[in-house]
Amino acid sequence: MGHAIILTQYEPETGVTKAMTIREAMEAVHGTVLSGEDKLDLEVHSACGSDMMSDVLAFVKDQAILVTGLCNPQVIRTAEMIDMKCVLFVRDKNPTQDMLELAEEAGIVVLKTGHRMFNSCGLLYAAGLRGGSDYERFT
Amino acid sequence: MSDSLEFKYQIDGEDFARVGHASTDVKKKLKMMGLPPDVIRRVSIAIYEGEINMVIHAYGGEITVTISEGDVKMVLADKGPGIPDIEKAMTAGYSTASESVRNLGFGAGMGLPNMKKYTDSIEIETELGVGTTVTMHVKF
Repeated sequence: MGHAIILTQYEPETGVTKAMTIREAMEAVHGTVLSGEDKLDLEVHSACGSDMMSDVLAFVKDQAILVTGLCNPQVIRTAEMIDMKCVLFVRDKNPTQDMLELAEEAGIVVLKTGHRMFNSCGLLYAAGLRGGSDYERFT
Repeated sequence: MSDSLEFKYQIDGEDFARVGHASTDVKKKLKMMGLPPDVIRRVSIAIYEGEINMVIHAYGGEITVTISEGDVKMVLADKGPGIPDIEKAMTAGYSTASESVRNLGFGAGMGLPNMKKYTDSIEIETELGVGTTVTMHVKF
């Protein structure tokens, strides 16, 4: 199997990368957990932000948090198909009970924050999370 | 493993909320069979995109997944309107999806291109007013 380079929590001074827990990501965006509280200590390596699920399916690889303002069951399905560990709903979107059950079944943590998309991604980035294996192409 | 396993799913064209149930089930089954994670992921994405296409363009249909030695075969058959221009439909970004479908997060014109990207082969048979059958293979 190939060896994917995953850029994780990045420390510019040392160039060292390390993983972040979902809990740390949640705190970074002043978020709350809606489902999967028992999995908050799972490590995540990178995130992607999009409201267009087709693009998520097309371009995302090895990412663990899906940051989105779209709120329907297909968000959870999409996350499941590409093995995401966590979905973060922005702009105070409230997933339905059905969506939370779907997430529970798939083992996906669901978070929400009142921040909008840009700020949510910015806060995660500032906390050290990066956009996955594409990041190195531009650095 | 000399014999093959086959799973069939009826896709309801009316219920967008349920789109993905077949993909979820296939993914679960492949996991239980212990197929490589990369294979499971590629199959899942390809079926999921196909399932979405069936619902937004073709009033549902039938998905048949056959797993045999080194191969996952997916056949997605619908009785929808057919694809007038396959070349266009295969172009990334080209979409005929409605505004309401876009609001659901789909219709970026990446469905068929994604299905091609994640599979080893894709074959599309289509006839206007009769339907479309997409056959895909993922080898492992």
